[in-house]
Amino acid sequence: MAGADSDDSLYPIAVLIDELRNEDVQLRLNSIKKLSTIALALGVERTRTELLPFLTDTIYDEDEVLLALAEQLGNFTMLVGGPEYVHCLLPPLESLATVEETVVRDKAVESLRKISHEHSPVDLEVHFEPLVKRLASGDWFTSRTSACGLFSVCYPRVSSTVKAEIRQHFRTLCSDDTPMVRRAAASKLGEFAKVLELEYVKSDIISLFTALASDEQDSVRLLAVEAGVSIATLLPQEDLEALVMPTLRQAAEDKSWRVRYMVADKFSDLQKAVGPEITKNDLVPAFQNLLKDCEAEVRAAAANKVKEFCENLPEDSRETIIMTHILPCVKELVSDTNQHVKSALASVIMGLSTILGKDNTIEHLLPLFLAQLKDECPEVRLNIISNLDCVNEVIGIRQLSQSLLPAIVELAEDAKWRVRLAIIEYMPLLAGQLGVEFFDEKLNSLCMAWLVDHVYAIREAATCNLMKLVEKFGAEWAQNTIVPKVLGMANDPNYLHRMTTLFCINALSEACGQEITTKHMLPVVLKMSNDQVANVRFNVAKSLQKIGPVLDSNCLQTEVKPVLEKLASDLDIDVKYFAQEAISVLALA
Amino acid sequence: MNGDFNAAVATGREAQHHMAMSSAATTPPSVDKVDGFSRKSVRKARQKRAQSSSQFRSQDKPIELVQLPLLKDVSAQEQPELFLKKVQQCCTLFDFMDTLSDLKMKEYKRSTLNELVDYVTVSRGYLTEQTYPEVVKMVSYNIFRTLPPSDSNEFDPEEDEPTLEASWPHLQLVYEFFIRFLESQEFQPSIAKKYIDQKFVLQLLELFDSEDPRERDCLKTVLHRIYGKFLGLRAFIRKQINNIFLCFVYETEHFNGVAELLEILGSIINGFALPLKAEHKQFLVKVLLPLHTVRSLSLFHAQLAYCIVQFLEKDPTLTEPVIRGLLKFWPKTCSQKEVMFLGELEEILDVIEPTQFVKIQEPLFKLIARCVSSPHFQVAERALYYWNNEYIMSLIEENSSVILPIMFASLYRISKEHWNPAISALIYNVLKAFMEMNSALFDELAASYKSDRQRERKKDKEREDLWRKLEELELRRGIQNSDGVIPTY
Repeated sequence: MAGADSDDSLYPIAVLIDELRNEDVQLRLNSIKKLSTIALALGVERTRTELLPFLTDTIYDEDEVLLALAEQLGNFTMLVGGPEYVHCLLPPLESLATVEETVVRDKAVESLRKISHEHSPVDLEVHFEPLVKRLASGDWFTSRTSACGLFSVCYPRVSSTVKAEIRQHFRTLCSDDTPMVRRAAASKLGEFAKVLELEYVKSDIISLFTALASDEQDSVRLLAVEAGVSIATLLPQEDLEALVMPTLRQAAEDKSWRVRYMVADKFSDLQKAVGPEITKNDLVPAFQNLLKDCEAEVRAAAANKVKEFCENLPEDSRETIIMTHILPCVKELVSDTNQHVKSALASVIMGLSTILGKDNTIEHLLPLFLAQLKDECPEVRLNIISNLDCVNEVIGIRQLSQSLLPAIVELAEDAKWRVRLAIIEYMPLLAGQLGVEFFDEKLNSLCMAWLVDHVYAIREAATCNLMKLVEKFGAEWAQNTIVPKVLGMANDPNYLHRMTTLFCINALSEACGQEITTKHMLPVVLKMSNDQVANVRFNVAKSLQKIGPVLDSNCLQTEVKPVLEKLASDLDIDVKYFAQEAISVLALA
Repeated sequence: MNGDFNAAVATGREAQHHMAMSSAATTPPSVDKVDGFSRKSVRKARQKRAQSSSQFRSQDKPIELVQLPLLKDVSAQEQPELFLKKVQQCCTLFDFMDTLSDLKMKEYKRSTLNELVDYVTVSRGYLTEQTYPEVVKMVSYNIFRTLPPSDSNEFDPEEDEPTLEASWPHLQLVYEFFIRFLESQEFQPSIAKKYIDQKFVLQLLELFDSEDPRERDCLKTVLHRIYGKFLGLRAFIRKQINNIFLCFVYETEHFNGVAELLEILGSIINGFALPLKAEHKQFLVKVLLPLHTVRSLSLFHAQLAYCIVQFLEKDPTLTEPVIRGLLKFWPKTCSQKEVMFLGELEEILDVIEPTQFVKIQEPLFKLIARCVSSPHFQVAERALYYWNNEYIMSLIEENSSVILPIMFASLYRISKEHWNPAISALIYNVLKAFMEMNSALFDELAASYKSDRQRERKKDKEREDLWRKLEELELRRGIQNSDGVIPTY
């Protein structure tokens, strides 16, 4: 490897260090980002003996530079001579792990975790573990926070005495004075539990979990919830009730909505972790409460989980539980006062139909779908419409079509263009589910109306929508229903509408095939080359370039080429440009 | 006299009533929070919280309080006992999200609170030992609660209307009562400290995150009084404020009461004994300075700058670390913040000692040279205003041999290039001032300007060459070690 043969004389360290010290932050940052290049120039030995000590000593810089440094050092193992020497990287990373700025510290911890795997078990005990201990007993909260993330990477590979020390340090940090450290410990509790022997999970982790979950600060308690889920997955079923359930139950009823929100947010994981029996006895009532929570945030988080929760219920009692316990709450949420709650529910509620089957869906869910389709908030209606496929499989979409149509029409004409945009995106899906007849009868006119919307984004989406429809319904359908209307717009007095014709042709030519393109579309495009608006003319050039590949070569030579040549000598510079571009792309020169 | 007294109370009530009405009418977001009509499920939901938080009592049935006689209508001996009973009654909480429920009882509690406020202000001898736990209990019941989520996730205190506390008609009086209680001449901290303890203070501090500015204002007074009267709690309060700030800076960037807490700290710092303890210096460097990095700095910058200047007036030797800290956190992309920083720096320079100035002048004026040549004219203008400050001018003059060479290149270049004519004019004045200050040096710098630029360009080129060679080397090595063991960026 690079070693003694490096070009020392060419790159004296002083010059390189000068670069790292440059007054201009940007230059310093550039140099740090190329630290590996510098190390390479110096060779492994001088990197270890000169570069790293320099970096360790001069760590006082802009956070941006430190962040780059922390990241670089995580990939430096080979540059200091391989795993044998990897511990040389610890001193600078240790200082970086005590920095105030969170992103720098997190990056340093990430790099430390990375290189911990490159340490031999001996080096881990001799070099790495003492560093963790120093950080864990640091004066300022930053180093203790960083230590929390390092216990789990060294624990599995050290001797049992060192293991005991590590457990002790973690315990201390869990009851640290500052909430910042307790938060860090709580967020790493689950990860740490995973690497511990089961007996210590039961003896140590549970008491830490219980303490953190009843911390005076809700920001600590809510992190304990997540840890609780991880811990529950580690314990045998018979211990769950005694060891974690009392605490989790308490969290689900915490006086802070943030904690309850966290419980709702992690509910599916929790359900999987505790298994069917506890789910039936404990989680079902807890879930009901969360769905009825006084804070909308909590209700919305719980509403988001309705489908997943029901899906994962034990099969033997699934239907009964849903019908008697969950559905009544869901019914109330349909008329919730908060639109986020309703829209969260609308995004999952359709999924219940596959779980409940045809009869229940028709009797119980259908009225809810219909109510949500009439909701005052467009997002709710959109969420229902976007999930129609779930219902289609179970009861067929016809059941809904009566209510669907007014809802779609209303959304299609919504005053907010983003709403119109969203419904356009569901059109191909709807068309597929409702069938061509229904579409022609009810929806076709909407799709055409969007082509002349006054917002460009809508016209663009409408164009793309037509292409997808043609892909679904075929070229013949296109020729009969949409092509005539699109081509008709070529004579519109508004040049924006004339351009829409061109955009549609761009999108449709491929799906429609050579015959329709040559026979019907091309003549219109060619005729538009005489348009008085330059924007239309250069779009003609662009369209010809686009549809060229669909045409046969004879047609290209005899019909397209003369028009493009004419446009290439247009007075307008843009028309000229695009005509020339088309000529060269289509190889007509 | 009695009549006058009643009239005063009545107008007081009216004023509050009026305030509550007008705040509801002028702030649209809160209207739909306070509106009790057609929001059945919110009402239900609130009742649910009433159960789960154990703070509110269940409100399935209307609340009935026994109407007690007025304090002034009973004999002096009976007053303390009646006072206690009234305090206990005020522990009852009402649901203000439901504007239609318990109207009579809400009004009764309000008038009782009003009466208590007046009573603690004027009466003597009511403060028996058993009063303390009851008062603290009543205050805790009323004010301590989990703050609701903010209406919008991206609540921007500068743009959005704050959500006002629905129960303010009661809450305000509870705060007022508590403040009068703490300020009362008979108040004895030695007894009260059993009840106003660390846990109490911690909950109080959490409330500073309230979106309602009226509540934060009351909290400020309460905390100030507690800090003043309970010596044993002082260190604890400072530490918890530290934690709030650190969490604010490094974790959430969200806390509504930063300005209020800084105001309190401003007067706390004022009272620090000299020499300053290490703890206080650490607070300055590790907590106050990083507060400058927060996005919403404009909301509390005035209070923060005041705290910083307080520190420097106490101990001028802190000037260097403070200015270095500001340089470290100097805004890179936000011009508004840069203008604020320049303002604060001028406040610091106003009180700087010449010996401290000398220590920091080089990095400082390198920065000022950068600001002066900022393409944002407000930044350039703010920096150039320093030359209108007589004290700063005198410091510059004393050290012109150091400062002029640092500033010259930027000024010289910008005087010809800046797009804004006002800036060019200001620069011209500054150059003129320098010329008058030290004409020999000025001429020298003007003469060497060109060759200096050339030297800089040469250096830039050398740097490019160096890196190009290094990259070639890396490429060569990369090919040699084509097994890819060397990670390259």
